[in-house]
Amino acid sequence: MKTTPESIRLPFVRKRKNHYLGRDWRTQMELQLMIWPAIVLISIFSFFPLFGLLMAFKNYDPMSGVKGIFTSEWNNFENFTVVFQSFQFWPMLKNTVGINLFGSLIGLPITLLFALMLNELTSRKFKSFLQTITYLPHFLSWVIYGGLFITLLNPQGGIVNELLVQLHLIDKPILFLGDPDYFWGVAIGTAILKDLGWGAILYLAAIAGIDQSLYEAAAIDGAGRFRKMLYVTIPCIKPTIMILIIFAISGMLNNNFTQIYVLQNTLNMPASQVIDTYLYQTGLLQFQFATATAIGLLKSVLALLLLLGGNYASKKLTQSGLF
Amino acid sequence: MVGGKSPGERVFNISNAVIMILLMCATIYPFWYSVIGSLNGGADLMRGPLFLWPREFTWASWRAVLADPGLLQTAWITVSRTVIVTVVSILYTAMFAYAFSRPYLKGKKIYMMIGFISMYFSGGLIPSFILINWLGLYDSYWVYIIPSLFGGFWNVIILNANYKAISDSLFESAKLDGASEFVIFFRIVLPLSKPVLAALSVFTAVGVWNDFGTTLYFTQSTDLQTLQYLILKLLQTSNASEQLQNAAANSNLAVAELLNKAKGEGLVTAKTIELAAMVITSIPMIILYPFAQRYFTKGVMLGSLKE
Repeated sequence: MKTTPESIRLPFVRKRKNHYLGRDWRTQMELQLMIWPAIVLISIFSFFPLFGLLMAFKNYDPMSGVKGIFTSEWNNFENFTVVFQSFQFWPMLKNTVGINLFGSLIGLPITLLFALMLNELTSRKFKSFLQTITYLPHFLSWVIYGGLFITLLNPQGGIVNELLVQLHLIDKPILFLGDPDYFWGVAIGTAILKDLGWGAILYLAAIAGIDQSLYEAAAIDGAGRFRKMLYVTIPCIKPTIMILIIFAISGMLNNNFTQIYVLQNTLNMPASQVIDTYLYQTGLLQFQFATATAIGLLKSVLALLLLLGGNYASKKLTQSGLF
Repeated sequence: MVGGKSPGERVFNISNAVIMILLMCATIYPFWYSVIGSLNGGADLMRGPLFLWPREFTWASWRAVLADPGLLQTAWITVSRTVIVTVVSILYTAMFAYAFSRPYLKGKKIYMMIGFISMYFSGGLIPSFILINWLGLYDSYWVYIIPSLFGGFWNVIILNANYKAISDSLFESAKLDGASEFVIFFRIVLPLSKPVLAALSVFTAVGVWNDFGTTLYFTQSTDLQTLQYLILKLLQTSNASEQLQNAAANSNLAVAELLNKAKGEGLVTAKTIELAAMVITSIPMIILYPFAQRYFTKGVMLGSLKE
């Protein structure tokens, strides 16, 4: 950036004038009036539920309401024991981590590749058209996108099975959503397709911010398009890539509830029960409030540790992190 | 046009474009299928899958969905909720962010702490459920509105970064003319942040429109259900009957035939109704997002990379 005389003078001007302008009580009143309703909303809907986490350590009875959160007695981590000893616990953890881990391992590189290839397109109009179209699934709800895949993957008259049979890749239709063996694949595949275009937006923005003179210098050194991509583009967008990897790591226990809930059914339950759906079932369908809160708390604490760990590892390895 | 210097480069350009088009088709195809499926005759659809175009074109399923009187209430809940939450929360969050961006705001550090804590810590589903119950919002229309009135601290950070680009001299001259903070906000700040507001509005509207969690967790009466929830219910019923049919098809042909008949005959069937409802429900958001598309990058970028 060039330093203009203005940008040198500005901080000084701002300091003096603003101090003078904001000192009167009327200005402060107006500003506080703009701030306070949100503070009230945050206090009620974000802070107040934090007290509810006490339930995780207590013998809470759903009938006792808000008062019961504070009055019911402690039960020595019994709720956590119940969670760990549940026969559903380990399969559920495996499904959660499995879907997220493989989803990230496959999804992140594919999205990056998509962004890089999109960036190599020579026609700008074509590029922007492609972006508009590939954004579309992101703006559809999972109820609809997932619902459509249920139709497309149907063993009776679903187009995917029909195609696979006609191409002689399979002998008879596969029950994609009725067979636990296929559930992870379906969940990962649909998630990638839905957010392929949208995920590329961040990479493209980072690519757009790269100094063009780097490409010119590379061209002078005789680099072709592929080498430019490998030695200029990718190193320059490394911070963005690292941030997305850190987010993926911290989200390892956090499934997309809406997606899994839509695709889930009794037949694929062994592969589709994840922490979030289990929490919904134990909490709101079976009214085991204390157990569900314990699961939720366990999940948040582990997610925070993963975030800090991922950030630490990223800083050690690549010198760039989130904070 | 596809142009290149060397033949190798030309081959690369063309194959790249072809791969991109194929990927585009893969992402869009499910939705395209719902469009053609809903515009096809129902009995005909059962004979075999469509590929690119309806075999037997008809508006019958669309008409059946749009003429359904029960749908009107559902649509009204969804639309009113989306409009109210989007307008109020964007306006309000923008106002909060403006006050927050003023260097002479008193108590800024405390507000910042409150904001960051609200971003990273949450009580989770069950404590929220108890709270909603306690406040008397359970199974009431207000559960769709009140908890969503503040757009979240994340949006404040995005807006804040955007306000920094507005020249200070504008604020100063307005102040010297005796303008109040509200006048400055409505006359100067809002008009100058239209792009980022457009992007955030679209994100908010899409989020509210597509949300079925609130309905699932916090309501139970049918006159409070939203369009997404209605479709979810449609899906779950048709899935159950389909599973039954698949099981029957493998063992008992007569039962399968019967179930097939129960699903409807002629132009309109359960499947085409479901597909038509999906397409019609998606149309508003599909019309909306391309308008704000050129602002997306800015909104997403600032939010994810700046602190």
